[in-house]
Amino acid sequence: MTALQIERVGPAVSLQDAGRPGGLGIGLSRGGAADRLGYIAACALVGSRPGIAAVEMAGFGGRFRFETPTRFALAGATMRATLDGAPLEWNATHLAEAGSSLDIGAAEAGVYGYLLPGGGVDTPLELGGRGFHTIAGLGARLTEGQVLPLAGDPHADAAPVRMGAELYPPGPIRVMPGPQTALFPPEQIEAFVGTTFRRSPRANRQGVRLDHDGAPFSAGAQLTQVSDFISEGDIQMTGDGTPYVLLADCQTMGGYPRIGTVLPVDLPRIAQLQPGDELRFQMVSLDEAEALWQSDDAICSTLRSKVSPRVRDPREMTDLLSYDLIDRPVIDSEESDTKR
Amino acid sequence: MSNAEILPLGPDGALIRFADSLSEPANRAALAYRAALDAAPVDGVVETATSLTSVFVRFRPDRISRAVLVDRLGDLNAAQDWWAADLPAGRTRWHIPAVFEGDASPDLEDVARDLSLDPAAAVAELADTSLRVLALGFAPGQPYLGFLPERWDLPRRTEVTPEVPQGAVVVAVRQVIPFANAAPTGWRQIGRTGFRCYDPKLEPPLPLKPGDEVQFQPVPSSDWARISAAPYGDADREAIA
Repeated sequence: MTALQIERVGPAVSLQDAGRPGGLGIGLSRGGAADRLGYIAACALVGSRPGIAAVEMAGFGGRFRFETPTRFALAGATMRATLDGAPLEWNATHLAEAGSSLDIGAAEAGVYGYLLPGGGVDTPLELGGRGFHTIAGLGARLTEGQVLPLAGDPHADAAPVRMGAELYPPGPIRVMPGPQTALFPPEQIEAFVGTTFRRSPRANRQGVRLDHDGAPFSAGAQLTQVSDFISEGDIQMTGDGTPYVLLADCQTMGGYPRIGTVLPVDLPRIAQLQPGDELRFQMVSLDEAEALWQSDDAICSTLRSKVSPRVRDPREMTDLLSYDLIDRPVIDSEESDTKR
Repeated sequence: MSNAEILPLGPDGALIRFADSLSEPANRAALAYRAALDAAPVDGVVETATSLTSVFVRFRPDRISRAVLVDRLGDLNAAQDWWAADLPAGRTRWHIPAVFEGDASPDLEDVARDLSLDPAAAVAELADTSLRVLALGFAPGQPYLGFLPERWDLPRRTEVTPEVPQGAVVVAVRQVIPFANAAPTGWRQIGRTGFRCYDPKLEPPLPLKPGDEVQFQPVPSSDWARISAAPYGDADREAIA
């Protein structure tokens, strides 16, 4: 049995996977990776379908020790990472030797980073998933001293790869209408798309609060609406007129009116906003929203096509002298993106 | 005749909303409509669920277009008067013991005062009421139970209680919720039960279904150790014929 030992860990690190779909009827929102795209990118890097469990690190990682040789991917928010002291490329796979230590520090861009061992983390399933789900009371944050069992890696000997895709392009966040959009008068919608918001320091896997200058938003006299279904991506206007974008661990029902739903394709960018980052919204039609919908498997195979062999960075090569550098020279990659 | 609205909720979701205010017939319409939908599954639909007054349908846009789905949902809506529908078959009636005194009921006196009842009469009125599982929501298996008599139409609190314990029996807006997990709430705690809305060690782990009936049985606080250790909080159940 291979395992990953947690020697040190940040305060908001947990196992996450593709979530627990189909649970709305029992009061369970899907949950899973807060940045679903970053997580699927990690799956594409190791060559797995979405579903296996990764370590999700919010803001800061920790120190992880590999008990056996292990292939792993790093994706999502770019974090400072070293393997036995040698710096590692993000959005790439790496091979760790038995006993080596992986240090993952603070996020340099974004919030949620993913460490995915080649076969995934193999803890017991609960209600069909392995992830920590805050309000459902499932799973737990990872703690120092914990040893995570790893599933066998079907491609354990695969050469290291990197991904050249730009996962978080700039531009407005696209929003589609929802069941309560019509409760908002047109001038409120206009003001909403005309406002520059800032990501509040108050955010977690349930949702992200947004601050703005100017009048609070209101759906008028409709605040007594009966509680109804909530969807991931819904922009809820709380009692004080502050928008709140709901993420993976959102509740399943709620009474606050929602002005619309952030498209799944843009929700990862919300999850990855750092406090103070600015954003704007754009309303799109139902047709546009549906044209941009893709299944996890389709997203994964698109990302898989952007994976290419990673020529090893000499700085990572502790055994440089054992390589035959004359016959097979180490070629510098044209898109070395370690500092991106 | 039912006049449900069919609305988008996310690019892969549709909401069939029977009413925008809560009532017994609107809840019954939602339960019956979902049961009919599940009995004749539409290809491309991957999930259905009911809230208090609506049905949610998640679909695979790569397998069925929204236009086709909305037609099918509309046809089903027109097929019968859902407001007059019977409750789904296969329901269960639960008798759930709960403590309504001492530490278990920090807000009972407040609630009783608002009801113009003394605390014992308030508890007796709640225990006399057969409640329905209107919906499961917020946490796995956690029921919204209704309806208590009119005078229990108590508003939620403006300031939230930072945490009520697992099993807290809380009330507001003619409804009762036994909390699945410790959580903050704007509802008021008048009792506590050992009933677990989700217990992975039991079969079934999620005991309640929408449409089931629940009646609380007040027990003295000296019974707490026993009921909190028993499976399903020592609740009894019977099939509803």
